Amino acid sequence: MWSFIHKLGSPPWFFRFGGSLVRWLLPLTLILLLVGAFWGLLVAPPDFRQGNSYRIIYIHVPAAVVALAGYYVMALAGAISLIWRIKMADIAMKAAAPVGAVLTGIALVTGAIWGKPTWGTWWVWDARITSMLILFFLYLGVVALFEAYENKAAAAKACAVLSLVGTVNIPIIYKSVDWWYSLHQPASIKFTGESAIDASMLYPLLLMIVAFYGLFAVTVVMNMRAELIWHHRQSAWVRQWAGLD
Amino acid sequence: MHPRRKQRLVWVSLIVVLSSAAIGLTAFALRDNINLFYPPADVVAGKAPSDRNIRLGGMVVEGSIERSDTNLTTQFVVTDYEGSVAVRYTGILPDLFAEGQGVVAEGRLDGEGVLVATQVLAKHDENYMPPEVAAALEGKSKASVAPVSP
Repeated sequence: MWSFIHKLGSPPWFFRFGGSLVRWLLPLTLILLLVGAFWGLLVAPPDFRQGNSYRIIYIHVPAAVVALAGYYVMALAGAISLIWRIKMADIAMKAAAPVGAVLTGIALVTGAIWGKPTWGTWWVWDARITSMLILFFLYLGVVALFEAYENKAAAAKACAVLSLVGTVNIPIIYKSVDWWYSLHQPASIKFTGESAIDASMLYPLLLMIVAFYGLFAVTVVMNMRAELIWHHRQSAWVRQWAGLD
Repeated sequence: MHPRRKQRLVWVSLIVVLSSAAIGLTAFALRDNINLFYPPADVVAGKAPSDRNIRLGGMVVEGSIERSDTNLTTQFVVTDYEGSVAVRYTGILPDLFAEGQGVVAEGRLDGEGVLVATQVLAKHDENYMPPEVAAALEGKSKASVAPVSP
């Protein structure tokens, strides 16, 4: 266990490990995405009140769920980077930020597209939507902060502090619909008790959530590998991998 | 753990705890502003300002919708089962607007306590089900209610 964690910090080892991880996780994720999308968009029944417009849930909810979970991944990498000063943690943090930003953006845009026919408005400043917008800015802030520093170690430190401060937003987003009066409805998927969404609609949704987790993992690991070969472009192992030596 | 790392772990924990406390307390202090709407009970109790636009949120009372024959004006009653407020709105209502469904109406209270709305939004609930299941559920609830009525 510990030797595995130690090995994760080694660039050539992680590069190879990440490569083999992507090789099987990428096709698996694509299959899950295709099956989930087909099931959700074509097989699942329409909703009794919304008709077919509810089907955007199969993109909106997975994107939002993984955007929230991905923030914890980024913040955890930030904490590891601050405490143990492991370069690999900086790289993980830097790799997760743009992926999280894109997922949050997808959740915001699909939410607006659904909101127009359902609520009658594209946008409303309620607690859920506003806190989600803040999450989007936090992700973008981490991306921008990394680029703002010449010294990469200082950049990683600043980004780690920003992502740690931002973690408070995650429970706020999650509980916003329960703590305050909002236009956004409360969660349909319940961890305890029966979900408020029918099983025939829930299963494809759960499948899509798993697929989006896979998509997040694949894109972050691919980002990290790209960052690693750039970072170590002068090293013997990269030159060997690229066939230069 | 190495003492320096331990110290850094303490700092990291402090960053998270203190910033969470600061933002949490701010959100708690601003809770009235974070709430998107006033429930009808608060409006009835006079907690909502009458000199500016407010949002009112609740359920549309069954059988309360009155549509004008000559224009697009609709009047209905919004309730949270603790208080009720009448709403008057001229314009096109969202597709999901219906009796027994959630709405958020934005507008100003007139002298008689009626909210003259400039915008009405449908508030969707968390229930998702196929039409057959909804029909079956409705049949069941009607069947269970039926013996009570003479």
